[in-house]
Amino acid sequence: MEKDRLEAVIQAVVRELQAAAAVAAPAAVAAPSPAAVARKQRPAPGAEDDLRIDLADPTLPAARSRSGIPHPVDAEGLVALMECTSSRIGVGRAGPCLRTGALHLFLSDLAVTKDALARDVDPQLLAELGLFPVRTRVEGGKEEYLIRPDLGRQLSQEARTLISERCSKGPDVQICVGDGLSAQAVETNLRKILPVLQAGCTTAGLKMGTPFFIQYCRVGVMNDIGDLLQPKVLILLIGERPGLGRADSMSAYMAYRPKAGDTDAERDVICNIFDGGGVNPLEAGAYALRLAQKMLAKQTSGVKLKLMEA
Amino acid sequence: MLLRTKLFGKTYDFPDLRVLMGKANGEKSGDRLAGLAADNAAERAAARLVLAEVPLWALRDNPAVPYEQDEVTRVIHDALNETVYAEIKAWTVSELREWLLDDRHDGSAIARCANGLTAEMIAAVTKIMSNMDLAYAASKIRVQRHSANTIGLDRRLSGRLQPNHPTDSPEGIRAEIYEGLAYGCGDAVIGINPSDDSYASVARLLDMSYGVVKTWEIPAQTCVLAHVTTQMRCLQSGSPVGLVFQSICGSQKGNDSFGISVGMLDEAYQLARKHCYPAGPHYMYFETGQGSALSANAHNGWDQLTLEARNYGLARRYSPFIVNTVVGFIGPEYLYDTEQIHRAGLEDHFMGKLTGISMGCDVCYTNHARTDQDSSENLAVILAAAGCNFFMGVPMADDSMLSYQSTSFHDIATLRHMLHLRPAPEFEVWLESLGLMRDGRLTDLAGDPSFFLSR
Ligand code: B12
Repeated sequence: MEKDRLEAVIQAVVRELQAAAAVAAPAAVAAPSPAAVARKQRPAPGAEDDLRIDLADPTLPAARSRSGIPHPVDAEGLVALMECTSSRIGVGRAGPCLRTGALHLFLSDLAVTKDALARDVDPQLLAELGLFPVRTRVEGGKEEYLIRPDLGRQLSQEARTLISERCSKGPDVQICVGDGLSAQAVETNLRKILPVLQAGCTTAGLKMGTPFFIQYCRVGVMNDIGDLLQPKVLILLIGERPGLGRADSMSAYMAYRPKAGDTDAERDVICNIFDGGGVNPLEAGAYALRLAQKMLAKQTSGVKLKLMEA
Repeated sequence: MLLRTKLFGKTYDFPDLRVLMGKANGEKSGDRLAGLAADNAAERAAARLVLAEVPLWALRDNPAVPYEQDEVTRVIHDALNETVYAEIKAWTVSELREWLLDDRHDGSAIARCANGLTAEMIAAVTKIMSNMDLAYAASKIRVQRHSANTIGLDRRLSGRLQPNHPTDSPEGIRAEIYEGLAYGCGDAVIGINPSDDSYASVARLLDMSYGVVKTWEIPAQTCVLAHVTTQMRCLQSGSPVGLVFQSICGSQKGNDSFGISVGMLDEAYQLARKHCYPAGPHYMYFETGQGSALSANAHNGWDQLTLEARNYGLARRYSPFIVNTVVGFIGPEYLYDTEQIHRAGLEDHFMGKLTGISMGCDVCYTNHARTDQDSSENLAVILAAAGCNFFMGVPMADDSMLSYQSTSFHDIATLRHMLHLRPAPEFEVWLESLGLMRDGRLTDLAGDPSFFLSR
């Protein structure tokens, strides 16, 4: 660069800096006055007794549904919008970022979500509903279950023996239950959905297999069950992965004559089964029955069934 | 084939490219699950030394699945530009890395070079790059596409508005769309994942979301991410579709397990061009993610990074408007913790850009992985600096239907403010006309979904 051009650039930069300083100066004066601080009733330094922080639980429904927008265009409308979804909307902002309360509620929910993962399905519930338990080839507990989906897709040797001994072969509909990624989902929904399915099968005149429970279960285990019991339709009720602060969501994965080598393309799923915001378990049971009857009528499932309907 | 090196006096011998490619990968639980990971850090370092010296022709000659057996391989190999390939086939992987990073080679030079690269070459060079290399090289490449608006322009960052609902309630989803729009999100696509894949339910959501776009004259495209067969039925029945979506896999066997094939995608692409409502010419949307092929036992003994690169080669056939990796979506069996998710996010974004597709990233995690929201925010900043075309906007990052945490409307707005990035130009004009944005920043009116109740 030539010398005088360099000079000109430097002068321009200096002018810009001076202008910026001139603008910045009054802003510094706008710091809160002592009176403003007093109005907020900040305790005087040293008066520890006056510092009282005693908070209400922010996770209660009333607190959760509070909007974070100070002056919405349509306050009533905003409430109505927030009521139609469990998603975190109407939360407002601090600059482009989250407001403090919303951020802390999110982090609190995240903290309890992790706890839900460690649980196992209550054996008493299984006994009550007449389900005998078997296992997949996962032997090293939850941690192994999480990182070895291949083992969670295969029944253990003992499971095969037990199932062969205790279950009737070739039913129209076989119902199985798996813990999947949420034991809680099974516990909260099973009492409601299982009787609907059983009663529905009886009414429809469908021959039902002997139901059982699979610990450390993945969806792919349906193939092993199909090979052992040869059901026409298999329904696997299984816990979905837990969401933020929620672990009640269950799915019903279904297949027509499942067998070794089948993939998800041969399966169907009804998901997000839970009370209060999801697909209600009673409705889901009825829906699953209709789907089972459709599979029986068309003698197929999954994408092929979809294409037949188109 | 001899693939050997000495390292600190010890000899490391790799029987073939398949094993070498696996062991050269950064640590991933999915490669360990497949029995392909390096035994220790020294073996990984040795594998990288050897891989760096492999000539590109050897990678073309050894695809992850043979040409005769696999239509994904055929799609990629048949599309290769032989003139470019002839110029570069003798380069080593190391030479390719340095060529890509060289300041004399800009985005358009790289785009030409990419016409001669197969997925295995792109995967190989990715394996020997550091995280910063991946971000920097990606930042040199811009891929622009047009549908109802333009994505991928320099200094722009778009957002996919993801307004999911556990029962697909149209009212609930509409409320979430309003929230997203109020934060300036939705320029990449307003894209709903359905909980119910039935034709009637998907058609209803297509109608509802298109209704919002019409009412507010939004220069954006809508999409319901159902199985492609459901969307094709909707297109044929006259539903308004902005983009046609499908999840894809890096091998024919993997795509079989998703219930799709190249023939089916070709058909969907034709239908999209015939019936989609935006100006185009780019109408497709794909999602990918490391681990999906292994999950279907369709990886043919190859590592998840290489299979992921093949996804992009397949996607390229359809000049998609957008593609994104859903980088932490499946869970810890494929990407165990923060480090692995970050590495995979940077790899995927770079590979997509190098392949020449309009690449975004769903920076996300499931609650059974060893990571958290702060980590997601970190990765989003790095990817935004690397020129990522778009991120997901989910209400406060919490998707209550898919049960995972992604990035939020706030995150996209914050990244734009912080890094001086703007929405797609047509979308920015629209936001300004409503008074929600000025000079690329949200105004006081923004962030209030009830704003959209007035029409
Ligand atoms: C994780 C997931 C995926 C992952 C699964 C990868 C894996 N290996 O785990 C990936 C990204 C590959 C995926 C793909 C698809 N998915 Co999905 N997926 C989910 C999600 C978020 C969680 C599932 C879960 O918790 N499973 C429980 C655990 C214990 O099961 P698992 O054995 O570990 O994993 C198996 C199942 O997850 C299964 N699976 C996953 N998705 C789907 C979809 C269908 C139709 C079937 C039959 C099976 C299936 O694949 C896994 C391997 O076998 C659900 C949402 C939800 N709330 O359930 C959607 C969900 C099940 N998927 C859905 C859809 C539509 C798809 C796609 C068809 C999307 C598309 N257009 O391509 C594809 C292809 C599916 C196929 N036929 O293979 C819908 C189903 C709607 C319906 N009622 O039919 C859901 C409900 C929500 C959604 N829109 O994404 N999915």
